[in-house]
Amino acid sequence: MAAINLLQAVNEALRQEMKRDPRVIVFGEDVGYEGGVFRATVDLQKEFGKDRCMDSPLAESAIVGVGIGMAINGMIPVVEMQFSGFSYPAFNQIISHVARMRNRSRGRYTVPMVIRMPYGGGIRALEHHSESPEAFFAHIPGLKVVMPSTPYDTKGLLAAAIRDEDPVIFLEPKRIYRAFKQEVPEEDYIIPIGKAKVVREGTDITLIAWGAMMRETLKAAELAAEKGIHPEVIDLRTIAPIDRDTVIASVKKTGRAIIVHEAPKTGGIGGELMAIINEKAFLHLEAPPTRVTGFDTPFPLPRGEQHYLPSPERILVKIQEVVNYLT
Amino acid sequence: MIFKDYNPLEKKMLQIMDETGTIVKPELMPDLTDDEIKEIYRLMVKTRETDKKALMYQRQGRMLTYAPNLGQEAAQVASAFALEKRDWMVPAFRELGAWLTRGAELEMIYLYWYGNEFGSYVPEDLRILPVSVPIASHLQHAVGIAWAAKLQGKDEVAITYFGDGATSQGDFSESMNWAGVYKAPTVFFCQNNQFAISVPRGIQTAAETIAQKAIAFGMPGIQVDGNDIFAVYAATKEAVDRARRGEGPTLIEAYTYRLGAHTTSDDPTRYRSNDEVEEWSKRDPIDRLKKYLLSKGLLTEEEEAQIVEAYGKLAEEAFKYVEANGETQLEDIFKYHYKEMTPQLVEQMEEYKQFLRERGEI
Repeated sequence: MAAINLLQAVNEALRQEMKRDPRVIVFGEDVGYEGGVFRATVDLQKEFGKDRCMDSPLAESAIVGVGIGMAINGMIPVVEMQFSGFSYPAFNQIISHVARMRNRSRGRYTVPMVIRMPYGGGIRALEHHSESPEAFFAHIPGLKVVMPSTPYDTKGLLAAAIRDEDPVIFLEPKRIYRAFKQEVPEEDYIIPIGKAKVVREGTDITLIAWGAMMRETLKAAELAAEKGIHPEVIDLRTIAPIDRDTVIASVKKTGRAIIVHEAPKTGGIGGELMAIINEKAFLHLEAPPTRVTGFDTPFPLPRGEQHYLPSPERILVKIQEVVNYLT
Repeated sequence: MIFKDYNPLEKKMLQIMDETGTIVKPELMPDLTDDEIKEIYRLMVKTRETDKKALMYQRQGRMLTYAPNLGQEAAQVASAFALEKRDWMVPAFRELGAWLTRGAELEMIYLYWYGNEFGSYVPEDLRILPVSVPIASHLQHAVGIAWAAKLQGKDEVAITYFGDGATSQGDFSESMNWAGVYKAPTVFFCQNNQFAISVPRGIQTAAETIAQKAIAFGMPGIQVDGNDIFAVYAATKEAVDRARRGEGPTLIEAYTYRLGAHTTSDDPTRYRSNDEVEEWSKRDPIDRLKKYLLSKGLLTEEEEAQIVEAYGKLAEEAFKYVEANGETQLEDIFKYHYKEMTPQLVEQMEEYKQFLRERGEI
């Protein structure tokens, strides 16, 4: 076991999967010679050569569209959108083809590709570099959407995504790429897609979050515990398909739920989770499920981003509100 | 060689057989046997007859919206004829002739236009991608298929079809650019049929030809008479051979005309004159080849009538099969989005089935 950060976990998963399966190829803007602007693909070209890890022309639609053709002709492309905010030119390819090829051809052609994207804010970046677009992708039938929050999960989930026979959008929390290290097994392993994880057990309220928001949410849980409130915390890990069983089991136990995400509130995954809770656990509820999210605004430039991102304090206030509902 | 001699910047269009069926460039005649030329003729007639029937079924309300192919048979058949079985075809939606040339069954093609996804369930031994509707998006897939073949050391070429309108899309430029950079063995085959629905070719680009766009992407481009099978075949064959030799992609502009409507929902009389259509009818690709075959003694009028009749019957039988077997099975709507259905999809399907059961509908 070695202690590595989340970014190194991405690199390690890619390296191990490329070693395991010669069909796995990696390409995107700057991913080859330079190893990516964040260095997620560093040394892969050196190790596997220019036919396995390539620099692409600067064209997101083509990175995905060419990847589709490569997947159809026997390869497993793991492509990078340099920032999730630059994935929008590739939307037509993702929505119209990546997600549909299997269904369109009734299983004759499949697109087992992974589209990696660093997502999220809090890195004092320029416009378009802080987006959290998971809801767009989760809305599209035919895609799976994964958002890890730790180095251990990142390595296991990325390996699972690469081995998955369906296309996976893999959103990496770039804010915590290098934030902390964790002991991660050197051998390869899989964390199943579609399974959430209870990362803190509790009895009073269920907090659901994913990706970079896990740290804020866990801090908020600690602050709440100091005040005698014991939240259960779920790391959703897979945004599509959502692990409803884990969510519902927890909410049935606690009777209360808050969803935390940094994407805008309206149309976000928080709303979907609240709907699931209402459908499946209504009679167990002690208070209406609610959420702490980004605002319905574009992500602010760095001088204002501290207001946009949910903080442990904002989450704590909401926890107290929900726990004291009608008392 | 022909790519050098027919530089699109010099406004040269490759024509080998003129409108009267006369060979005007004998030195450029491609290496096709009489049997092969006859086979191309049969495939063109098959395309025309089965296309006509599809249009008729649509008019009778038995087929959905349909994109007719009238006038573009030479471009489609002669280009697809230059491929090997192991090569890939990545179509848009007006390539009936290319599908038939590649060996696709008419039942499958009709099933697609009948409104059933199994019409895109291409048999394992055919390398044809499903119909792609979003304009130019599929060019990227052809480049990926071709590049993957190259990286895996497989001797395969990908041809992709699109119209003049597609050349205005970003995906056209991105695909051509990528194929050029990585020398992906791709043939970009543009059927310039002069119209993108109602918008004429002049509003798609200020360039004199579409073929010349190749030059900016570092590949050869050529404009050919799209109603001349010999020109189409010769250019495509050379493009395919180049790709196979590792020399990279080619852009072919087949200069042709859509004699029919864009689709059955379109009324072309609103945007073009009868005179223009009349003028292009005189350059009909099948008439032209027929004249050639008659002059060579390779075809008789009786034989032609027999061929036409046989394909008409084939179309009727194929459509009979489709009408009897074309309804979508409920579970198929849910089954193919993922390798395994998600719990969400299982739940939605079961809930809907329960609804139908309670109403006595299943």
